[in-house]
Amino acid sequence: MSNFLAKRLLFSASVLFALSLFVFLLFYIAPGDPARVIAGDKATELQLVQIRSNLGLDRPIYEQYLQFVGKALQGDLGFSYRSQQPVAKLIVTRIPATVSLVIGGVIFWLLIGIPIGIMSARDPGGWRDRLGQTIILVGLSFPTFVLGMLSLYVFYFLPRQAGFTLFPPGGYAPFLKDPLIWAWHLVLPWTTLALVTAAIYARLTRGNLLQVMGEDYIRTARAKGLSERAVLLRHGLRSTLTPLVTQLGADIAFLLGGAIVIEQIYGLQGVGALAVQAVQNQDRPIIIGVVMLGGLFIVITNIVVDLLYAVLDPRIRH
Amino acid sequence: MPVLEVRNLTINLPTEDGIVQAARDVSFEVEQGEFFGIAGESGSGKSVLTQAIMGLLPNAEMTGEIRFQGVDLLTRTPSQIREIRGAKIGMIFQDPLSSLNPYYTIGSQITEMIHTHERVSRLVAKRRAIEMLERVGISNAASRFDSYPHQFSGGMRQRVMIAMAVVLGPPLLIADEPTTALDVTVQQQIISLINEMRRERGTTVVMITHDLALLASVADHVMVMYAGQRMEIGRSEALFAEPAHPYTAGLLKSSPAHYTPGSALVPIPGRPPSLIDLPAGCAFRARCADAREPCTRSPPLRLFDDGTQSLCWLEAAPQREMPAQPTITVPADTEKTHIRPARVIEALDVRLTYHFGGFFKASHSLDVLKGIDLELYKGETLGLVGESGCGKSTFARVLAGLIPATSGSVTFEGHDLSTLTHRQWREMRKRVQLVFQDPFGSLNPRRRVSSIIGEPLRIHGIGSGSDRKRAVQGLMETVGLNPEHYNRFPAEFSGGQRQRIGIARALALHPELIIFDEPVSALDVSIQAQVLNLMRQLQTDLNLTYLFISHDLAVVRHVCDHIAVMKNGRIVELADAESIYTNPQDPYTRELIAASFHEPRGGTTGKRRLVTAHAEGIA
Repeated sequence: MSNFLAKRLLFSASVLFALSLFVFLLFYIAPGDPARVIAGDKATELQLVQIRSNLGLDRPIYEQYLQFVGKALQGDLGFSYRSQQPVAKLIVTRIPATVSLVIGGVIFWLLIGIPIGIMSARDPGGWRDRLGQTIILVGLSFPTFVLGMLSLYVFYFLPRQAGFTLFPPGGYAPFLKDPLIWAWHLVLPWTTLALVTAAIYARLTRGNLLQVMGEDYIRTARAKGLSERAVLLRHGLRSTLTPLVTQLGADIAFLLGGAIVIEQIYGLQGVGALAVQAVQNQDRPIIIGVVMLGGLFIVITNIVVDLLYAVLDPRIRH
Repeated sequence: MPVLEVRNLTINLPTEDGIVQAARDVSFEVEQGEFFGIAGESGSGKSVLTQAIMGLLPNAEMTGEIRFQGVDLLTRTPSQIREIRGAKIGMIFQDPLSSLNPYYTIGSQITEMIHTHERVSRLVAKRRAIEMLERVGISNAASRFDSYPHQFSGGMRQRVMIAMAVVLGPPLLIADEPTTALDVTVQQQIISLINEMRRERGTTVVMITHDLALLASVADHVMVMYAGQRMEIGRSEALFAEPAHPYTAGLLKSSPAHYTPGSALVPIPGRPPSLIDLPAGCAFRARCADAREPCTRSPPLRLFDDGTQSLCWLEAAPQREMPAQPTITVPADTEKTHIRPARVIEALDVRLTYHFGGFFKASHSLDVLKGIDLELYKGETLGLVGESGCGKSTFARVLAGLIPATSGSVTFEGHDLSTLTHRQWREMRKRVQLVFQDPFGSLNPRRRVSSIIGEPLRIHGIGSGSDRKRAVQGLMETVGLNPEHYNRFPAEFSGGQRQRIGIARALALHPELIIFDEPVSALDVSIQAQVLNLMRQLQTDLNLTYLFISHDLAVVRHVCDHIAVMKNGRIVELADAESIYTNPQDPYTRELIAASFHEPRGGTTGKRRLVTAHAEGIA
């Protein structure tokens, strides 16, 4: 096991290196002068030269890259061109909002998706299956921003017009200050995220359950005299956990790198919102920082998912 | 009162293609403590019958009666039947790997059975499960309680299944092909174990199998099914000594376990009819050698004075001579010594070692092949026999050049495989072909037969368009497939036909050597003989060299000149086929031989007489 972990960590590190090199080269090739972005349109040529020299932009690309890597390994991702704040600190302040959104979203979409999948698989072709399939189809075809706007209109705007506040229009309240206020702010983002994502999980659960229910060991379970409910939940659902975990790992990793649309709609100051601002401002250090953070999350969740496989599937364990 | 009494059971299964008549007017009785065998080919309706008894056919339309301990199960509610399942009727299935849930420990799967039907504490359940595991021969049962199914061998898994099925002491145990997925040496152990359970606990056993010969040594009564109908039923001794129905006789003759030297296996030609569209008259007519004019009408039920019943127009048992000589004569030994045929392949001290781990942890290695010498001459068939895991398939892949040997050399037609250039290697690939075990898994289900058989031609750029089509159709003809089925998909063929497709593909490039890796072990015995006879026919016609891998000595004996017995990566005995049987040297060879041949229980019942014939037959 430790051998496996060491290999995975080594591989992950090389993935991150490759990613950093790629992003760095991309910006080197891309048009646009960072010095001009920082100094503004009215800056003199002298000022631009000074800025380039300060940031080391006048040095050869490999030197710039090595310097970046060296500092990044110490947790220093450079400074924002716009605000002059350290990038690492900027990102860290954004993480709680994003993590809060993702954790609640995951719980909500699992609670919606898996039961719908089970319901569908219990009688394939029947009315419950068709209802489940319809929900899945609607969920899959609804764009996030439409659902987000709609929920804001129904749960914030309409009550406001009627004279009371049902839910806040957005923003983030720290968990440690007051968990209730925290949750109150996040209910709408959570449900929106959950509704658009749950469909994938419902479909995954349904498909895998239907496949598993044809297995020989399900026949054995029935031959034991177990109730159909026990057969489905204990023997059927157990083996759908592995594909669910795979999907979950990919989704969580992706969202932790920034749930861009949802954060924008609900004004959540998360990593995704930071990335959007950085792109608008051509703030390279932040963009690189966010990309590296996203890469880090993906690499970590992949390792976690692999370890979970071993927990979930005794055949993979040694 | 019989434990199980089935009366005029008819099962219709509605499917998209039409109504499958899985059973028609089947009746039988199983007495307390009896070992009752049900035999028939795949698709004869025997497994559906057991599922009907267990109430596992929710969509079936059933008429008749299934009386278990006097109660008609067809009139019970689903929850009443659930109480019977497991507690009163235990079941053992064919494939012990897929029949055990891979995610739970074997212990928890057995205790689940106990908890489902009895209110006992976890500790009591665990103790009972461990006792049961010990009883079925799992050593260190207490420590193996928390092991998972994949940590056991096939035979051990089947023991676990048996422990699970009998832990609640059910009066009836149904075993559906319990040994088909196992090595021959293990098969006998499992059947003996089931038999012991029956004796010890007074359990009644119903065992289903496609290999009638397996039942010879254990069954009290045997029922033979075909196309959903009961063809013959009777006492075991009578049925094996003097089968009354031509189908029973055919099943017995096709079993390699009943091989006598100098005779050919006699397959039952053709295959079972579709249960959706059954022919009028006798269902077996199309494949029956004794078929005559009255067989177009429904056959009468004949009752003989020894209790045997047969659904056939014949009034006495079919009496036909077994062909005295194989249809294909092997060249006499004298010729062989004069003209030594060319050596096709030679293996010298072939070793193969797999290495694991490394990097951070101490590595360990596994010796799969431990120094094998082998020679194979043109036109010869060499059998390579051993249990699963002995390395025989791996060795075949080394010989085919698909896995490089760790040390030692393999020489094919004078070229050392390890020194071949890319071009030579491609050339060699044409000359050596493989046919695999599972005709269901080894053919791509999404490609037409034409492109499967023609693929070797395409890869090696031989012919094109209509030339290639003609070549493929010629190959189909050679292996006994209808060339008009050129555009069909593998799913439209039966198991035996699929194996013919695999053979046609192997023949496409006119190879020198064909390696057959368990070519018939996934097939019914009645069909096995067809394929084996085809292989022999092709060998004489095309002067091919064969390497035949199998776990079953009886099968190998039928086709091989020489036999090599393999155990743990070594060849323990190598001799010509008959002397291996008549004079086995290695104890392991003797063990294998004992496992492959089941002598029927002795004593014929003498000439039987016809008592009655119910002429009404079956509607």
